[in-house]
Amino acid sequence: MSSHAEKQSEDIKQMKVVNKEKLTQKSFKANTLDFLIEKMFFVFGSIAVFVLLLLLYFLVREGSSALQEVGILTYLTETRWYPSSPQGAGYGALQFIVGSIMVTIGALVIAIPWGIFTAIFIAEIAPKRVREILKPVVEVLAIFPSVVLGFIALVILSPIVANVFDLSNGRTALTASLILSVMALPTIVSIAEDSLRSVPKDYREAAYALGASRWETIKIVTFPAAKSGILAGVMLGFGRAVGETMTVLMAAGNAISMPMTEFMGITVPNFLASVRTLTANIAIEGSDVSWGSLHYSSLFVLALILFVITFVVNLIADLLISRQRRKLTNE
Amino acid sequence: MTAFQTAVKENKKKSPVVQENINKEESIFSAKGLNLWYGNDQALKDINLDIRKNGVTAIIGPSGCGKSTFLKTLNRMVELVPIVKTSGAIDYHGVNIFDPSVNLVELRSSVGMVFQKPNPFPKSIFDNVAFGPRVHGVKKKAELKEIVEKSLRGSGLWDEVKDRLGESAMGLSGGQQQRLCIARCLAVEPEVILMDEPTSALDPKSTLKVEELIQELKKDYSIVIVTHNMQQAARISDKTAFFLNGEVVEYDNTDTIFSNPQDKRTEDYITGRFG
Repeated sequence: MSSHAEKQSEDIKQMKVVNKEKLTQKSFKANTLDFLIEKMFFVFGSIAVFVLLLLLYFLVREGSSALQEVGILTYLTETRWYPSSPQGAGYGALQFIVGSIMVTIGALVIAIPWGIFTAIFIAEIAPKRVREILKPVVEVLAIFPSVVLGFIALVILSPIVANVFDLSNGRTALTASLILSVMALPTIVSIAEDSLRSVPKDYREAAYALGASRWETIKIVTFPAAKSGILAGVMLGFGRAVGETMTVLMAAGNAISMPMTEFMGITVPNFLASVRTLTANIAIEGSDVSWGSLHYSSLFVLALILFVITFVVNLIADLLISRQRRKLTNE
Repeated sequence: MTAFQTAVKENKKKSPVVQENINKEESIFSAKGLNLWYGNDQALKDINLDIRKNGVTAIIGPSGCGKSTFLKTLNRMVELVPIVKTSGAIDYHGVNIFDPSVNLVELRSSVGMVFQKPNPFPKSIFDNVAFGPRVHGVKKKAELKEIVEKSLRGSGLWDEVKDRLGESAMGLSGGQQQRLCIARCLAVEPEVILMDEPTSALDPKSTLKVEELIQELKKDYSIVIVTHNMQQAARISDKTAFFLNGEVVEYDNTDTIFSNPQDKRTEDYITGRFG
């Protein structure tokens, strides 16, 4: 009996020793693998940042001669654009900036309510079966090639716009806004719906238990709780709209002029005018500009302006979203 | 054991033991032949239960016995699960709450609910309490302020939060959040408060506070509380119903249930032999 017990304790001792040895020996293989994987992730992450910086550097370098000779103010405030004219060249890009902003805002004015109501419908109201069909259908809109949508705008939408508003040319800022809103819609719907659905069901239960109706629950509880996510969706939609080139090129008419009109004594943007956006202008002139000329450099300035607009909007969105999140969690 | 004794025992197993004195008291809810299914699973089986007016009624039983389901049936919150089907009736002020003409907004504002996990809205403390009154049409700031103060005093939270009503409710401790949820419920001036394991997510100290609060509230409200904690049921309730597999096994004065249960299954449960 006692010898048996001794034997057992010996066994245990031996096992402990083995364990201790194992504890203090980390295998070479595991060590290296850990190290390599960690570095690999770091490298991939860094490459993304590096590429971004490289692009920015490239934009600034190629645009620098125009910035030095013409000056940024000319681009931002003047409206004469004759970059290749030997005499009396003009570098005013304000009409492109206005065109880009108009088309984008027009698209968002349509897509935001449309997208948010669709998202609320899918997330809160639609029965499960309808939701399972509707969401993929909306998301399929995002995979339409932009040239196809542009073509539809060109041959179907612009004649309608021309008819309705009695215009000779239906390719206007409005036409571009309409088709862009369709392109921004899936982004807004998809992200807004996700964030609505991620609102804890506790909030909904609490609201219902207090006697709130479904609409009141959405309005006062679910929607505010999902606001930051919805805002993120709207910002991505903005990015989609402001950077879109091909569709706008085909739908907006591309006239180089300030799309303004007098309305009751005030100058207002004219959505029924043909406009050219920053992106469209780069696309139109980029292919046959002479390399290294001031015109060439100017196009990089336009790209830089576009970059700054998107960057600022995204920055503001980030700030708003993180502020909202802090408010929610009280951190 | 005589044949008679065996028969009595068998009979006890079939029908719930309901003491006569309970039936004589004024009841607020009266469930009659209540059945409930989640899809094809029957969660409540032929429940006949009178919940008395005023005081605290505790519902105990092992997980999955249908006690929470029964509680949520009383304000029809259970119907948020789309596959729920019910039959039978629950009378509330002489009205069957399943009647198509029942106004859920009214039902839920007189039958308030406090949930297992504190679930304040991600809004300020003030807005949380003012939520119900606002939904029910109170707009004047002064009136809202009055309701908020009264409700927070009612839940014993006023002194702790009166200087920071504008701050987010998410910054409160778990126990404070639960008492805020109780205040939010009080703000709509309910008649009944349903509590679904209100202390199971709280630490012992907060639990004690909520239990003390329940003792205060029972003077003005009828309270039905589902609890996993049998000591809690024994401490705070006047009546206790023991649920098992979707049926009411025994319903009696709490003292009787815990000192002299009539049904063997009740005894086994409260002495910790299962559950």
